[in-house]
Amino acid sequence: MAPPADARLRLETVRLTALFGRRAVLKDVTIIFPAHTVTAVIGPSGCGKSTFLRCLNRMHELSEGGWVTGRVLLDGADIYDSHVDPVQLRRRIGMVFQRPTPFPTMSIYDNVAAGLRVNGHRGRRELDEVVERALRQAALWDEVKDRLRASALALSGGQQQRLCIARALAPQPEVLLLDEPTASLDPAGTQRIEELCHELKRLYTIVIVTHNMQQAARVSDYTAFFYLGDLIEVGRTEELFTRPTKEQTEAYITGRFG
Amino acid sequence: MTTLPVDPATTPDAVSAPAPTPTPQAEWRTLRGRNVGDRLYRVTLTALALVLPLLLVTLLAELVIGAWPAIQRFGLPFVWTSVWDPVAGVFGAAPMIFGTLASSLLALLIAVPLALGVAIYLTEFSPKWLRQPIAFLVELLAAIPSVVYGLWGIFVLIPFLRSYVVPPLRAALGWTPFFSGVFYGNSLLAGGIILAIMIVPYIAAVSREVLLAVPANQREAAIGMGATRWEAVWTAVVPYGRAGLIGAIILGLGRALGETMAVTMVIGNRHDISLSVLQPAYTMAAAIANEFSEAVGDLHLAAMFEVGLVLFVITVIVNAFARLLIWRVARGTAVGSRAL
Repeated sequence: MAPPADARLRLETVRLTALFGRRAVLKDVTIIFPAHTVTAVIGPSGCGKSTFLRCLNRMHELSEGGWVTGRVLLDGADIYDSHVDPVQLRRRIGMVFQRPTPFPTMSIYDNVAAGLRVNGHRGRRELDEVVERALRQAALWDEVKDRLRASALALSGGQQQRLCIARALAPQPEVLLLDEPTASLDPAGTQRIEELCHELKRLYTIVIVTHNMQQAARVSDYTAFFYLGDLIEVGRTEELFTRPTKEQTEAYITGRFG
Repeated sequence: MTTLPVDPATTPDAVSAPAPTPTPQAEWRTLRGRNVGDRLYRVTLTALALVLPLLLVTLLAELVIGAWPAIQRFGLPFVWTSVWDPVAGVFGAAPMIFGTLASSLLALLIAVPLALGVAIYLTEFSPKWLRQPIAFLVELLAAIPSVVYGLWGIFVLIPFLRSYVVPPLRAALGWTPFFSGVFYGNSLLAGGIILAIMIVPYIAAVSREVLLAVPANQREAAIGMGATRWEAVWTAVVPYGRAGLIGAIILGLGRALGETMAVTMVIGNRHDISLSVLQPAYTMAAAIANEFSEAVGDLHLAAMFEVGLVLFVITVIVNAFARLLIWRVARGTAVGSRAL
């Protein structure tokens, strides 16, 4: 299931294997993410999909005993190369987590600016601009523009999650990783995030891990199905959901397990 | 009424003048209160719980009664006058109050960075196998008897200060009022350092618990947006736990204010206010320990009581202030605030 030839590759993995100590939780995954697409990663719990996502911005190696073999190429360069600084890398590959994780002691403004501040941006005007742009991109600006100094905790769960998206977008990453971003949100909040995925793919390359197959079908261009650490199948979303080529995929998407 | 057994003795009354029918809630309350053992247990525990506040009140009353002659004689100026002359019967506690506060603040100045450093290292940076041993050793410091610290202060710390620390300190900062004068050994500096070592384990242990209670997703959020481990600690972890960390520091301060033995042994016990940390000083706790048993006359005794009262009040104020600070900072979120 190759992507259209004109689509530029942004991110790809080559025989990526992720391990905890000696236990491989992800085996030999080779997959490509074309620029400006949304790829959904689905699979039952424990299939390695979150670990996979965490390999893409080198968060996996921070877990106890976590390491990888194989390669992850961002614009053709291996992010596991010895001269790559993982801290710099994570500014190019933003991540949003399952539960909203605003910094509770910071204002809305400071939350969005946090990623820039650690980056060394301190100019007042520059920060203002970036914060507004990030909040607009995260479709939160209109709701918070009058109370940027208020605590981030004053926001609803859905708003908090969009705030986290804005925080991830502020340093202008190239890739956005979303790890079950709607798992703790109500349907309205979920819908906003899904709409956001459509908007954001014009600017970013998005990988979204989700438990919810309807969500994968709604938001993604490509879908990858993981099972027990293996990449079973990847393809255009409508094809994967209508004409899966592997039996396990079909069993999962028709709800026979997982 | 058929389902509940009715006491025959009360029935005639109920018939002649119908009592207000018990509400369902009241009925349930009586049903619940049936078990005599439980009731006895609850009464006992309530009594025990009340003993503590009662003890506090009694203590305060005793202090006030004991101090009354001195309070009447000297009034409020007791806390800001400096003459302490048992023979003439004139007492002013300002130097002790100053010494107590100064030595405690000096101790915090030294202990807080050290203890926070230990806590941050243990929770964020140290290899896993090292965490328990170091945490254990640091907490072991709290188990060493105060008098042993005092001895160590006299025989190790003070000679060390005299040979290696004070000369360069005076050379560099001798022109400031804080490091002026001749250094004889027993001094505010020695007292502050001893206190710092004694309160590090408390601050470190509580800070460590607080930092451990910060959810992992706060760290991950910071690291995921391109923060280094160090930046993650300062932008996410420490602010999240700041109420608890303040609590830890105040706990240390509370201990420093009241610590007696070790301080008495190294602080010099001179009833005098000097800005220089190289000069001897006095603390309230040290004064009480030193003079109480040999107080000459009732007024001297009453003055000692009043010193105790002032110390008591200062600790209460510090703790109240700490509560206020924690409450203002926490605003519902920060971890560790509830434990304090």
